[in-house]
Amino acid sequence: MLTFLGRRLLAVIPVLLVVSVVVFLLLRLSPGDPAAVIAGNNATTQDIAHIREQLGLDRNLPSQYGIWMGRVLQGDLGYSYYLGKPVLALIAQRVEPTLSLALGTAFLAVLLAIPLGTLAAWRMGGWLDRALSAFSVAGFSVPVFVIAYGLIYVFAMQLQWLPVQGYKPLTGPQAQGVWDWARQLVLPWLTLSTIYVALIARITRASVSEALSEDYIRTARAKGLGEFSVLLRHALANAAVPIVTVVGIGVALLIGGVVVTETVFAIPGLGSLTVDAVLNRDFPVIQGLVLLFSLSYVGINLLVDTSYLWLDPRIRH
Amino acid sequence: MRRYLLKVGLAVLVACGWSSAVLAQNTLAANKVFRFVPHANLAVLDPIWTTAYVTRNHGYMIYDTLFSEDGKGKIQPQMVQSYSTSKDGKTWTFKLRPSLAFHDGKPVTSTDVAASLKRWSSRDAMGSVLFGFVEQLETPDVNTLRMVLKEPCAIVLEALGKASSNVPFIMPARIAATPGTEQIKEHIGSGPFIFKADEFKPGAVAVYERNTKYVSRTEAPSGLAGGRPVHFDRVEWVIIRDPQTQFNAILAGEVDMVEQPSFEQYETLKKSPGVKVDDFTPAGFQYVMRFNHLHPPFNNPKIRQAAMLAVGQQAFINTQVGVPELVKPCRSIYPCSSVFADENTGVFTGVANPAKAKDLLKEAGYDGTPIVMMRPTDLAAITKLPLVAKQQLEAAGFKVDLQQMDWASLVARRAKKELPAQGGWNMFFTTWSAQDIDSPLSSAMLNARGAAGWFGWQDEPRIEDLKAKFARAHEGAEQKKIASQIQALVFETAAFVPLGQYRNPTVLRNNVTGLLQTPGIPVMWGLSKP
Repeated sequence: MLTFLGRRLLAVIPVLLVVSVVVFLLLRLSPGDPAAVIAGNNATTQDIAHIREQLGLDRNLPSQYGIWMGRVLQGDLGYSYYLGKPVLALIAQRVEPTLSLALGTAFLAVLLAIPLGTLAAWRMGGWLDRALSAFSVAGFSVPVFVIAYGLIYVFAMQLQWLPVQGYKPLTGPQAQGVWDWARQLVLPWLTLSTIYVALIARITRASVSEALSEDYIRTARAKGLGEFSVLLRHALANAAVPIVTVVGIGVALLIGGVVVTETVFAIPGLGSLTVDAVLNRDFPVIQGLVLLFSLSYVGINLLVDTSYLWLDPRIRH
Repeated sequence: MRRYLLKVGLAVLVACGWSSAVLAQNTLAANKVFRFVPHANLAVLDPIWTTAYVTRNHGYMIYDTLFSEDGKGKIQPQMVQSYSTSKDGKTWTFKLRPSLAFHDGKPVTSTDVAASLKRWSSRDAMGSVLFGFVEQLETPDVNTLRMVLKEPCAIVLEALGKASSNVPFIMPARIAATPGTEQIKEHIGSGPFIFKADEFKPGAVAVYERNTKYVSRTEAPSGLAGGRPVHFDRVEWVIIRDPQTQFNAILAGEVDMVEQPSFEQYETLKKSPGVKVDDFTPAGFQYVMRFNHLHPPFNNPKIRQAAMLAVGQQAFINTQVGVPELVKPCRSIYPCSSVFADENTGVFTGVANPAKAKDLLKEAGYDGTPIVMMRPTDLAAITKLPLVAKQQLEAAGFKVDLQQMDWASLVARRAKKELPAQGGWNMFFTTWSAQDIDSPLSSAMLNARGAAGWFGWQDEPRIEDLKAKFARAHEGAEQKKIASQIQALVFETAAFVPLGQYRNPTVLRNNVTGLLQTPGIPVMWGLSKP
């Protein structure tokens, strides 16, 4: 186990190195100039050239990369060209809303999807199975912002049970309590969990139905075990590996890719920070975020792979 | 089971009661908090480093200025108590109002003023023109600033009372010592609000508290001038990018004012309960089409003129805005109803004349070189303009190569002087707030210094000479005459083409009163809620 973990952790280094080179080069070779964005509409080409010099963008690429990597290795992701603030500080400000959104969505999705998928597999062809299939199609097809606007219209505008937008922090001096924090996130959680419930429920249904056809299920039933025990301790437990894989991928995607939901609900997360940085060509912020997302993907994959050991004793690393 | 349910029920009731109490407390304080949705994300906080309007508006929250423009467009003293000019017009003496203080408690002195003006002039075009006249700035005492000029200058007050970016905001000398090419790190002014840097979250919220020690003028507020009565303890700028969410938030009462709702929502907002549409900037904005004067075909003035004749303003403003009552054609290069607006626009009528344009193209020997026209796909404010232009120019015989890109790519490409086929460009579009183009010295488009000029790089010494004369001319008829001469040259050389004017009204909750009309700045003083 320790060897496995050690090898996987060491593998992070070349991954991050490759990611850093790719994102660095892609940014500098793509159209767009942060100096021109910063200079504004009233600027002249001389103004832009001066800013490029100030930002060090007139240096050659290897030199720029070397300076940036040198700082990264010391834990310094640099300063935002546009905001003049440390990239780490900007990211730190956005982590809580993103994690709140991602983990809350994942929790809600798992809470709903696994029981639904298991029951659908248990009574395949029944009304629940058919309803779940229909829901899955809708969940995959309907765009997230349509779901969001629909929920806002019903629960915020008509019933006035929940707020339209915004985020209230859970921690820090501006925190106003768990209830205020959660209330702001109910609609975003419901919005995002729709697609994940659809996805996880379908995977659960497929995995559990496959497990239910195994001999050990027949043995368990023959030994007189109740259906609840058969489903939970035998079928679901053996079907867990693909389910955990999908949940892990879902959480990783939620951390980096919920821009639409963040925009609709005005949640200041990492997604909107990424979009702003890309639109402004704020290279240090983009680079820092991509490294962070890579690290989180690697970390989540490691957690998922490690969980296999616990879920399935047959797996040996 | 029954006991369990009872316990759960009681817990829920307690939680509801508790949250109601919290809500009630928040509601009681709600009328002391004003929530405003600005038109863009407030990312940069230095109004000298950037010309972004949202940063300029932030500047008005926390800084003050020596002079300000009133509701009638006249420049009035703001931080200045009194001022005088020597007989030869070369020495201006400004006395500051007593008891002005920065948010850190330190008094505002003439040293702070001098440093602030120097920093401002290092970035601002009009400031740079003014300081071209300045021999030296003297601070004979803490409340007196003396500006000694090399020769009389007609634009001193106009420059010091400049309303739009870059505004000559006054900050502490130690902060103003920051070069204009670097961002300031502290945001301390002497204005009616104090910026809460510890609560600032870029992309989410900016918070201001009432400056209880602000020394307001006693006159009634008028435009940006006069008193600045503040009726809120706290103002929150809530960043909501999505227009639909802005719409929902204002209807639900979660925010009090949305600076620029989307045009598509205008009619619905007018009819929606609980909100009202108003306008703090009747002067509005102007769309513009700009040529690259360096390369074919627009290095030929006749071909530029042909393009100018090919386009008609109504189609642009109708398509881009879509609300008839918010648009109006305006042929002048200065916003209509501004001081220098002039109906004499030479051959430019603002009405498309493809036949005449075709004749001129033939006369000019246009060889069919495609025009590389840049279109920003992510800037809703101007994204439709190139589509209209393409149609109208092609009707007149031009070949158009419309290239789509995001705004960041466009501004990068706009700065390139290479041939269009090698990464350069021929044409782009933009929009200006009326205040930015209502004077020959503030309009970036009139920077005709060739390679050192504004994008498009028109090289027209006659325009530059007239601008120099304007800076020395007497206010009134003399300046108006020169402004008209500049306009005539603009149309003679087809420097750029004005595409029409439009307004972008704001929306407020019905219970909000006191919205001031200003030269384009949504000010938070004067506003109140019962």
